[in-house]
Amino acid sequence: MRVWDIVVVGGGPAGLCAAIEAAKNGARVLLIDENSRPGGQLFKQIHKFFGSAEHKAGVRGLEIGLQLLKETKELGMDVWLNSKVCGIYDDNVLWVVKDERKSFQVKGAAVILCTGAVENSISFEGWTLPGVMGAGAAQTMINVNRVLPGRKVLMVGSGNVGVIVSYQLLQAGAEVAAIVEAAPRLGAYGVHTAKVRRAGVPFYVSHTIVRAEGDGKVERAIIARVDERFKPVDGSEIAINVDTICLATGLTPLAELAWIAGCKFVFNRVLGGHVPWHDRYMATSKKGIYIAGDITGIEEASTAMEEGRLAGVSAAAAIGLIDTERLEKIAGEIWERLDALRCGPFGENRKIAKQQVMAGGDEQ
Amino acid sequence: MKGLKIDGAPSIDELRGTPGYPGIERARKRSIAFIECIEEIPCNPCETACLRGAIKVGRPITNLPQLDEDKCTGCALCVAACPGLAIYVKTYDYREGMSLIKFPYEYLPLPEEGREVELADRYGNTLCKGKVIKVDVSAKNNRTAIVWAEYPQEYFEDVVTMIRL
Ligand SMILES: Cc1cc2nc3c(=O)[nH]c(=O)nc-3n(C[C@H](O)[C@H](O)[C@H](O)COP(=O)(O)OP(=O)(O)OC[C@H]3O[C@@H](n4cnc5c(N)ncnc54)[C@H](O)[C@@H]3O)c2cc1C
Ligand code: SF4
Ligand code: SF4
Repeated sequence: MRVWDIVVVGGGPAGLCAAIEAAKNGARVLLIDENSRPGGQLFKQIHKFFGSAEHKAGVRGLEIGLQLLKETKELGMDVWLNSKVCGIYDDNVLWVVKDERKSFQVKGAAVILCTGAVENSISFEGWTLPGVMGAGAAQTMINVNRVLPGRKVLMVGSGNVGVIVSYQLLQAGAEVAAIVEAAPRLGAYGVHTAKVRRAGVPFYVSHTIVRAEGDGKVERAIIARVDERFKPVDGSEIAINVDTICLATGLTPLAELAWIAGCKFVFNRVLGGHVPWHDRYMATSKKGIYIAGDITGIEEASTAMEEGRLAGVSAAAAIGLIDTERLEKIAGEIWERLDALRCGPFGENRKIAKQQVMAGGDEQ
Repeated sequence: MKGLKIDGAPSIDELRGTPGYPGIERARKRSIAFIECIEEIPCNPCETACLRGAIKVGRPITNLPQLDEDKCTGCALCVAACPGLAIYVKTYDYREGMSLIKFPYEYLPLPEEGREVELADRYGNTLCKGKVIKVDVSAKNNRTAIVWAEYPQEYFEDVVTMIRL
């Protein structure tokens, strides 16, 4: 079994920043990702990012990914790609399957879990027809594999993911027939919804999908208005001819490894469900296991990068590479930036939710 | 129209009176930025992009961008920098009866200079024809093209984009 100072699982923005920060402080780092190249969600994000200039706002997501990759190369850490972490044992020992055939055990004095999130699905009549897919899957098809999933798309869900993926489908040459949202108000940032609206895409608030129809594949979507209790209203059905239905109905933190490790969990609806408890240094209840990014609650790349840095520095401190005073100073700076990102009508809820998680209690 | 959170696009009433929306009077004889960003989101590249210090977001970063109308020269640097593609530069009296808009555009194919295109409002409805004066694809825009188009003054406030080709 090979041993590193710090093993980082997941090479998205959180994992890359954690690995970079740990390596900068002198740790021998192994970064593991299941994909053929690291970057996580970033390489799908061809749009210019939000946030502040210090979080590389205005830069396209994939360019942020390239910059981070360059830094990992310069720091000379070990990177294992096409490698899945399938288990975690006592004393921070990880079971890794490489290239789907070789099995390894690796150990880190500290382990940082940055595994991101998975898309939620909703079920409705006809939802198993080919042509129904997650919005993230559609985004991977157009932006990574350059394949158009369909010609005419219905998007279910008006959060940032649904609206940004709709915009990118338009850019890729598809038509977006409509975006439906069960809530009475749209979820995404207004500047995003305005982008697709001026391209002619209609929004249906207080509507949901009730059925997908078609012979062996999606040919039509039936949507309906919903009442205050989100029940479809009889007689309000509208048929829309589409060949693709994309579901952008939220994400759930991908926290299996933390469950297996026996970390304490907290339920928080705002953050996407069950998330591992962590302290202000991103340490879980299990000694030597740290977390960062969407696994700690669904947020954004900007917050994922800051949390990753914090976890990297904390893990380096835990193995004696950084003294307490310096850790406190850096943690203070990072928290200042995190607090600045988590404000306003969209961020304030997440700030409160994060505090609830760290306090260990449920949100009620 | 029911407004940004229902239609997806801001209505003129919502825009007027926000700190980034100068209105016709301030754009009569000059180019000026129209910042259609009316929701408190954590974002500020427009502020960093403007070399003249005409846009202020400040702290907290969720403040609405505020335009200093006296400092803005209509250079359009902020147009491509804005990840929300929410900024246009407009001139009311571009020439006899015609206004000019510089809008961000991220679809292919790009229009050619001199070509007639259909210009559209915030809901994607075609309003009028316009002529493409210039398509700015310089590197500083990082692949967001800025299309300049002239169009009849009566549509000054409503035109924000063109119908895709
Ligand atoms: C459509 C869309 C638009 C977005 N736009 C923005 C935006 O404009 N601005 C912004 O700040 N954020 C944006 N985000 C959010 C941002 O992409 C995510 O918040 C961010 O990527 C989370 O980072 P992460 O490192 O936690 O997870 P991810 O980026 O998801 O990375 C996790 C990585 O871990 C790998 N992994 C998981 N489990 C294992 C395992 N067991 N073994 C090995 N590898 C594993 C995954 O394959 C993945 O590569 C957007 C997201 C989407 C979907
Ligand atoms: S148009 Fe130019 S001067 Fe005016 S706000 Fe934008 S960047 Fe500044
Ligand atoms: S860059 Fe665009 S979206 Fe961001 S605050 Fe400025 S105007 Fe709004």
